[in-house]
Amino acid sequence: MANAAAPTPKANMGAPAPRVDARLKVTGQARYPSDTPVGNPAFAVLVTSTIATGRIERLDLDGARAVPGVLDILTYENTGELKGVKFGQGSSTSIEDLGPEIQQAGQIIAVVVADTFEAATDAASRVKPTYSEQTPSATFGSPGVTQEDATKVSPQHKHLPQAGDAEAAFAGAPVVIDLEYETPPQHHNPMELFTTTCAWTADHLTVYEPSQFVYGLKNGVAQRLGIDPDKVRVVSSYAGGAFGSKGTMTPRTAMIALAAKRLNRPVKLVATRAQGFTIATYRAETRHHIRLGAARDGKLVGYSHEGFEVSSRPDPYVVAGVEDSAQLYAFGAVATKVNVVHADRNTPGYMRSPPVVPYIYALESAMDEMAQKLGMDPIAFRRVNDTMNSPIGNRPYSSRSLMTCYDQAAAAFGWKDRNPQPGAMRDGDWLVGYGCATAVYPTHTGPAAARVRLKPNGEARVQIAAHEIGNGAYTVIGQMAAERLGIDLASVTVEIGDSRLPPAPVAGGSNTTASSCSAVKKTCNLIRARLFHAAVTANDGPLAGRSADDLMLQDGKVVANDGAGESFADIFRRMGVAVVEDYAEFVPDGLKPQAIADLYAGKVDMVGGSHGDKVMYAMGAELVEVRVHVLTREIRVPRIVGAFAAGRLMNTRTVHSQLMGGMIWGISSALHEATEIDPRYARYVNDNLADYMIPVNADVDQVQVILVSEVDHDVNPAGVKGLGELANVGTAAAITNAVHHATGIRVRKLPIRLEKLLQA
Amino acid sequence: MRPFIYERVSDWAAATQAAGGGASAPVSYLAGGTTLVDLMRLDVMRPQRVIDINALQDGRYGRIELGQNGLRLGALVRMADAAAHPDVRHHYPVIGQSLQLAASAQLRNMASLGGNVLQRTRCTYFRDVSYAACNKRNPGSGCAALAGVNRMHAVLGGSDHCIATYPGDFGQALIALDATVDLISPDGARTIPFAKLHRQPGDTPDQETMLRPGELIVSFTVPAGPWTRRSLYLKVRDRQSYEFALASAAVALDLEDGAVREARIALGGVATVPWRAADAEAALRGKTIDEQTAMAAADAAFAGAQGHGHNDFKIELGKRTLRRALRQAAALEI
Repeated sequence: MANAAAPTPKANMGAPAPRVDARLKVTGQARYPSDTPVGNPAFAVLVTSTIATGRIERLDLDGARAVPGVLDILTYENTGELKGVKFGQGSSTSIEDLGPEIQQAGQIIAVVVADTFEAATDAASRVKPTYSEQTPSATFGSPGVTQEDATKVSPQHKHLPQAGDAEAAFAGAPVVIDLEYETPPQHHNPMELFTTTCAWTADHLTVYEPSQFVYGLKNGVAQRLGIDPDKVRVVSSYAGGAFGSKGTMTPRTAMIALAAKRLNRPVKLVATRAQGFTIATYRAETRHHIRLGAARDGKLVGYSHEGFEVSSRPDPYVVAGVEDSAQLYAFGAVATKVNVVHADRNTPGYMRSPPVVPYIYALESAMDEMAQKLGMDPIAFRRVNDTMNSPIGNRPYSSRSLMTCYDQAAAAFGWKDRNPQPGAMRDGDWLVGYGCATAVYPTHTGPAAARVRLKPNGEARVQIAAHEIGNGAYTVIGQMAAERLGIDLASVTVEIGDSRLPPAPVAGGSNTTASSCSAVKKTCNLIRARLFHAAVTANDGPLAGRSADDLMLQDGKVVANDGAGESFADIFRRMGVAVVEDYAEFVPDGLKPQAIADLYAGKVDMVGGSHGDKVMYAMGAELVEVRVHVLTREIRVPRIVGAFAAGRLMNTRTVHSQLMGGMIWGISSALHEATEIDPRYARYVNDNLADYMIPVNADVDQVQVILVSEVDHDVNPAGVKGLGELANVGTAAAITNAVHHATGIRVRKLPIRLEKLLQA
Repeated sequence: MRPFIYERVSDWAAATQAAGGGASAPVSYLAGGTTLVDLMRLDVMRPQRVIDINALQDGRYGRIELGQNGLRLGALVRMADAAAHPDVRHHYPVIGQSLQLAASAQLRNMASLGGNVLQRTRCTYFRDVSYAACNKRNPGSGCAALAGVNRMHAVLGGSDHCIATYPGDFGQALIALDATVDLISPDGARTIPFAKLHRQPGDTPDQETMLRPGELIVSFTVPAGPWTRRSLYLKVRDRQSYEFALASAAVALDLEDGAVREARIALGGVATVPWRAADAEAALRGKTIDEQTAMAAADAAFAGAQGHGHNDFKIELGKRTLRRALRQAAALEI
C-alpha cells in the first residue's frame, strides 16, 4: 500500500528519504540548545512588567534577595553596559532595556539568578516593582494610537505596487466590490520555549539558543556586549519549532550573557510560556480595505488594497503583503497603501508567511465575494484572471502553475458536485459548504557558503550554518551532497546550526533549501571537477585521456558512460591526498559579491519574489469542505485538499509534511487562533496553550496533499522554490468562503467563532 | 512555586486529622493534582502543607459500585476509569459522557472524581496573580472580568463580584441526577445533596463550596431512576476535544408514550456553579418533546440569564444547546 506520507516522486522531485534526524527527535536524543550540558549552571528566571506604559519608580528586591540560593538580580540599575541594537539592524525590538521606562506589557524588568530553578522562580515572584502607570493604547481604535504611511517609515517598503489608474477603473467597471477584512494577533507558540544558555571561557562567549540565524545572533550579541564578534559562538543544532520567532535577536540573550559574565558561571534561562508572548515577537492584527472592479465576463479591471498593521510605539514593523498580492492576478489597474498603527505593545515580527497570510486572506476572500457577485464559479473566476505576467510592470513569471494546481485539486476533491447556491447543501443536521482559495509564497534565495569534505571510502561531511527548525534541513542538504557526489545519503554527515561553520542566511522566507542546496551543489561541483581532472589527466588508469564532460560520480567511483570507472580511493592515492575538501560561496544573481561578507557580519539580503526582471512565486490551490451544525453552529472541517507547485522538490516526504502542516495551521488561523487583548491594560489574556487555541487531532480529519510537477531554471541553481510557508496561506479564506457557501453568512473578521454564525 | 511540606497519609482519619480545623497553615489535599499543581505553579494556590491521599484509593473509595438503589462512585476513582466503566456507560450514560468529553486523555487518567467537582475556574483574571482585581483570589479587590475579556464567563448565577464559570462537566451530570456527596472531617461523617456543595459567588466569591475546613469528599451516590438510561451530555465548544464548554447540557428523560413524565436538566459552561434548570424541567412535564416545547424549556432555563459583552452569545447558544440535547435525548433508542 502506498505511503501517503512519502509520495512517489513525479517529474523533478527527489526521493522521499526519511528525515535523518527523525529517530533522534522522537526518542529524545536530539539535543536542543537548553539540553546542552554546561558545567554547574546557575538558573535565570525573568520578571516582566504588568503594566504597558509608565515607569518603574521603585524596585524592591529585599524579599527576592532573601531567598536562599539567589546569586544575582539584574535590573535597569546594573545593566547599563549593554549597548542598544536598533530594530531593523538585527534586533527584534527597540524595547531592549529593563526599565525604568516601560513601553510594553511583559517587558523584562529583572533577571533573577539562583543556584536552582526553584529558588530563582520563588525569588522572582518576590521582586516588587512600584510603577507610575499611564493609560496604554492597546490596538486599533484605542485612544492614543498614531498612524503613519509605511512607505515613509519602513526602509524595506519605500515603494509599494501601483499600476494604471485604479480610481478610473472602478468608475468605469460594471461590477465593483468595496469591503473590509480583519485578522487577529497571533503568537507562534513553538513547542520549544524561548531558552538561552550562556557560558564564558576567558573572554569567549558561547551561546546555546534556538535560532533561525546563528550568524545574526552572534553578531548581534557581540554588538550588545561591545565585544569582537569573533569571540562569540552561537550553537543551535535544533530548534523545536520557530516559525519566525527565533529569527531575530531578542533582548534576553545579552542579559543572560551579562549574567553569566558577572557570575563567571554558565547561566541557563528557560522562559515561561506566558513570557514567550511578550519577550519575543508575534503576528500583529491587521485590517484591510479592498476594492475590486470587474467586467461582466469576470475580467478584473482594478484592485486597490489598503492595509493597516499594528506595531509597537518605537518600531515601524510592517509586513506589507500588497507587495505579493498585487502580483497574483491580471488585475488591470492596481493601487496599494500600507499604514503602520503604533500602539503600546511589544514589537511584532516575522511569523510563518508574514506578508501573505493576512493580505492573501483578505484578497482571496474578496475574490470569492466578487465571483459570487458575478455569478461565477470561484475557480472559473480565477482562471479568467490567471496570467503569466505580473500586472506590475508586465514582468513574466519565472514559472507559474496555479491553474494546474486548481485542476488537480478540484478533480481529487470532487468540486464539480458543488451546488453554487449558498446554503443548498446539507447532510442531516449539518450544513455543507465548499470553498477554495489560492496559496502563494514569494521564492527567496540568499547567499550561502559551504564546506564539503570527501573521504576515499565515499563518506562525506557537509558544513554549513543552516538551521534545522523542523524544515528537514539536515536531510535535504545531505540529499543534495549525496546526489552530486554519487554516494548514499547515509554516507553524508551534515553539520549545521553553529556559527563556526560557513554562513547561511536566516531560516526565514523559506529560502533554506534553495540557498543552502545551491551552495552545497556549488561546493560539490568543485570536488567533482578536481576528481574528474585527476582521473583524466592521469598517465594511466581506466579514465586517462577521457573528456571530463563524459564523467559522473556514482557509487563511490568516477565513471564514464561506457561503464569504465575508477574508485575514489585510487584517484585520491594518485592525487596524494587523504581527503578532498572544498569551500565555496554562492551568491544568487542580482546580489553584489559583497553579500557573503555581509552574511559573515550577520546581514542578509535575498533576491526573488516580486523583485527583479522575473517574478518568482510558489503557488497552490486549496479546496475545503466545512460543516456547520444547523442549530449550535459548531464548524468542522472534514476534509481539505491542496495541490502545490514549487519548482524542484528535493524530498517528497519532507515536502508533504511541510504542506500538510501548513494547511493544518491554516485551519487553525481560520477557526481557532487569536491572541486576546484586554484593551484596558494592553495585555494578552490567553497567554497559555490551554486558552490560546490551536486544533487538536479531533479537529483535523482528511488532509490531502497533491504535489504538482514544475520546472523552473530561473529561480536559483537548485531549481527550488521554498514552500515551508506556502500551504498556510489562503487556507483561512478557503474556509471562510466555504462557511459562506454553507450558511450564506460572510464572516470578514478572523477567526470564525461559532457566535458569528448564531444570527438568524 | 513556593516551598511546601508534603505528607502522605494511609487512612482517612489521619488525612482529616492532618488537615483538620486546628491546622494553622493553609493545607490542601492532593489526589490527581491536575488543578492543584497547576495553580501552585501559577502562585494562585499557596498551600504550606500538601496531604497526598492517593494511598486511600485501594479501599472502596477507589471503586465503582452499582446497586439496586443507585450508583456509588468513590472519590478516588479516576475520571478515565469511570468514563470507561460498562455499568456507568449503560445505566448512566450522562455520567460517562460528561467525563469522557472532559479534559484530555492524560488528565482523565490522573484526575480523581472528588477533585474533579472541586476544579477551580479557568477565569484568566483568577489564574494570573498579576491582575490585582479578583474577588475570588483577593476578597474585596474587585472583578476584572466584568468589564474585561469575558467570552468564556457565566451568564447564570453571577453577581457584581464575580462571573467566573464553573469549568467542570461531571458536576452537571451529578446535579441533574440528584446525586449526594459523602463527606468526612474531624467532626465526623455527613452526607449532603450535591446541589448544596457549590455556592454561587454572591458577595463572597472566595467561598466556593460548603466544605468545612479539612473536610474531604469520599464518594458520590447517584440514585437510580427511570430517567437515567435515557440521558446524555451534549458539549458545545470551540474545538472537538480538550476544551471547556461554551455551553453544555446534561439531560435525563423519563418518557411515557412520548410524553415527559420527568425531565432532569443541568447546564454547563454558562453558570458559576453546576446549574440545575428546574424551570425548564417543569415546563416540559407532561409534554411531548418537539421544537416548540424544547424552545419553551430553553427559554425558561435562561430566563434570568445576564450577558456581559463578549459572552452575550452564550444565552442564545445555551438555549440552542439545550434544545438540541432534548431532541437527541427524546430520540434515543434505549
